[in-house]
Amino acid sequence: MSTIPIFADESWRLPSRGRVAMFCLIIGESAIFTIFVVAYIYYIGRSTYGPTPKILDVPIFNTVCLLSSSLTIMLAEREIDHGRMRSFTAWWALTMTLGIIFIAGTAAEWRDLIYNHGLTISTNLFGTTFYSLVGLHATHVIVGLVMLGLVLIFTLTGHVNQSHAERIQVLSLYWHFVDAVWVVVFTVVYIVGR
Amino acid sequence: MADQTLPLPGTVDLNPSRGAAFLEWLHSWVVTVDHKKLGILYAVYAIFFLLVAGAEAMAIRIQLAIPNNHFLSPELYNEFFTMHGTTMVFLVGMTLIFGFGNYLVPLMIGARDMAFPRLNAFSFWMSAFGGLLLYFSFIGGFGLYGMGSAPDVSWWAYAPLTAKAFSPGHNTDYWALALIVMGFGTLGAAINTLATAFSMRCRGMTLLRMPLFVWLMVVTSSLTLITITPLTAAQVMLIIDRYLGGHFFDTQAGGSATVWMHFFWIFGHPEVYVLILPAFGIASEVIPVFSRKAIFGYPAMVAASVGIAFVSLSVWAHHMFTIGMTSVSNAFFALSTMMVGIPTGIKIFNWIATMWGGKIRFATPMLFCTAFLFQFLCAGLTGIMLAVAPWDWQLHNSYFVIAHFHYTLTGSFVFCMFAGIYYWYPKVTGRMLSETLGKWHFWLFFFGFHMTFDTMHFVGMLGMPRSIYTYEPDRGWSTLNMIISVGGFIQAIAILIMAWNLINSYLHGAAAGNDPWDAWTLEWSTPSPPPDYNFAVDPVVRSRRPLWDIKHPNDPDWKYEQ
Repeated sequence: MSTIPIFADESWRLPSRGRVAMFCLIIGESAIFTIFVVAYIYYIGRSTYGPTPKILDVPIFNTVCLLSSSLTIMLAEREIDHGRMRSFTAWWALTMTLGIIFIAGTAAEWRDLIYNHGLTISTNLFGTTFYSLVGLHATHVIVGLVMLGLVLIFTLTGHVNQSHAERIQVLSLYWHFVDAVWVVVFTVVYIVGR
Repeated sequence: MADQTLPLPGTVDLNPSRGAAFLEWLHSWVVTVDHKKLGILYAVYAIFFLLVAGAEAMAIRIQLAIPNNHFLSPELYNEFFTMHGTTMVFLVGMTLIFGFGNYLVPLMIGARDMAFPRLNAFSFWMSAFGGLLLYFSFIGGFGLYGMGSAPDVSWWAYAPLTAKAFSPGHNTDYWALALIVMGFGTLGAAINTLATAFSMRCRGMTLLRMPLFVWLMVVTSSLTLITITPLTAAQVMLIIDRYLGGHFFDTQAGGSATVWMHFFWIFGHPEVYVLILPAFGIASEVIPVFSRKAIFGYPAMVAASVGIAFVSLSVWAHHMFTIGMTSVSNAFFALSTMMVGIPTGIKIFNWIATMWGGKIRFATPMLFCTAFLFQFLCAGLTGIMLAVAPWDWQLHNSYFVIAHFHYTLTGSFVFCMFAGIYYWYPKVTGRMLSETLGKWHFWLFFFGFHMTFDTMHFVGMLGMPRSIYTYEPDRGWSTLNMIISVGGFIQAIAILIMAWNLINSYLHGAAAGNDPWDAWTLEWSTPSPPPDYNFAVDPVVRSRRPLWDIKHPNDPDWKYEQ
């Protein structure tokens, strides 16, 4: 093996595997969302009976909460990068709170739709496409909240420090993706489809 | 120092009983996160299901060998052709490519392991249990009596056949759930392969020095990310329809059966490229080594592979010419399908140019690759015929289509996989496969293949539709079907010879040494089989053929490559 000519290549740097993997996951997830969004758009107005999208209220407050959580998680990333753990914990907890408010808002919206408007996933085609697309996104928010919660627990018990900054950033990529997808879902369901 | 005894903590049984040793061995395979062991698990699993799905194909061929046959019941016949297709694509094809990828990608780029070893084990076991779930359907439901409730809606599972009303019981559920589970395994394996290739390369292994097999695994994994996921999404919709009373594919409530077809083929067509691209990768490794020349047009090969991946995303509706699309759609999908011929043509010319003037050694791997070149060319030509929409209107869902895709998947994919098995088996086991048996395997399989699938073109043009249970003797298909069935059995004998060769050579084969083929990629610089840590010293690479540089220090490649 020693016959390999050794040469000094000090600039040999490779991308972080966590980041590459998270970007790949995001590409795959985008394809899943694309299929559900295409199905939603194609089926707009094709429901033959039952409630229509007119019954939806635009969830402005929820949307503001979720989108601003992208900002707070960015601030948290910056804080852990500089090793300021206390303010990291604060921003991280705020991010989680905003996510929980979003999920609670979705739950309230669904409760209203089910009990006051009689719309369930099996009521008609609109119900099927609405609950599956919004539900797919909500599932991703819940998965994100579980991961955010784990990080928060480990932070509070003192197991997270500056050396984990990169892992926190990889996780944040997922959260940014969930927020970005909401922009698409929001536009399709509450603006185009209504 | 060596004969000193060291105190060991606890008690260690230095001479364990046979049972304990077996459990220890089994345990080491179940809990392993080593990319080489997982690669072997993938491959063994795939070869096992190759035999199972092959047996199903043989049962189908017995049923169709003579007219008005009742070897299988109609229900069982539907289950068998569904399971044959599903198994071959998902349990054999997908697992075999990720088996090769798992084993070879880290070795070829000089890495210690995959980027995420535990994710790797998770992916394998998800795929494995998905496969078991699929096959559990045979004993699930009503049990072995009446052969259980195996999926019977064919591998594309068109709506509304999959609706609760037309597919009662759990046949379709087994199909959808098993494929969702396997889909997650595949997604994990694809992410892992990409992260490995981008982030784990040894010093000097730039992207344009990666072996072509690694490049093709990168392209195929990227394609997997965006093709397996639509299938998962569509199957989630199907499950919502079946279990939660949804209406995605329920035409009475405004849903559409055509949407399922689109979603399925958005997955289904790129899927065949997912399978064939690693096969191209194997051909791109085997052909140069056995022609004793560097691959011709490396950058063009990389560009053509990426090009195929992109073009393959815009061709899916050529499976749907007969559903009545607009002329614009028909023209678009006909033309985009023909475009595939350009990058694949580049690849075929590059392989031939690699062989041109080379000092060709026709060992078994090279025989399989040479046959692959001609068969892939034929498969491409019938593909272009079927891309012409009016021609497709005549031959849609006939045996001509079956012949076409078996030419690509058997004649091209399986031939390259066999080439890969014969080429890398010495590295994996440390023993050579028998060349005599290998040649028997090749020639029998080659003749069986042509007897079966060449004849299928004709019976298709005579009007025999696919997926039919039996036919009347006055159709004029009887002789041809008998020839097809006999050819199928010749292939089965060839496969059994290969299985015997794999087992027998593992026990009695000649020792292989590190580099039996005098090859040039990094995996051949390690011992056979490679140690757990792969490379004792982290390799440093200066060209596309690192071992050539070592073997020919006076004439290294890096003097000529940019």
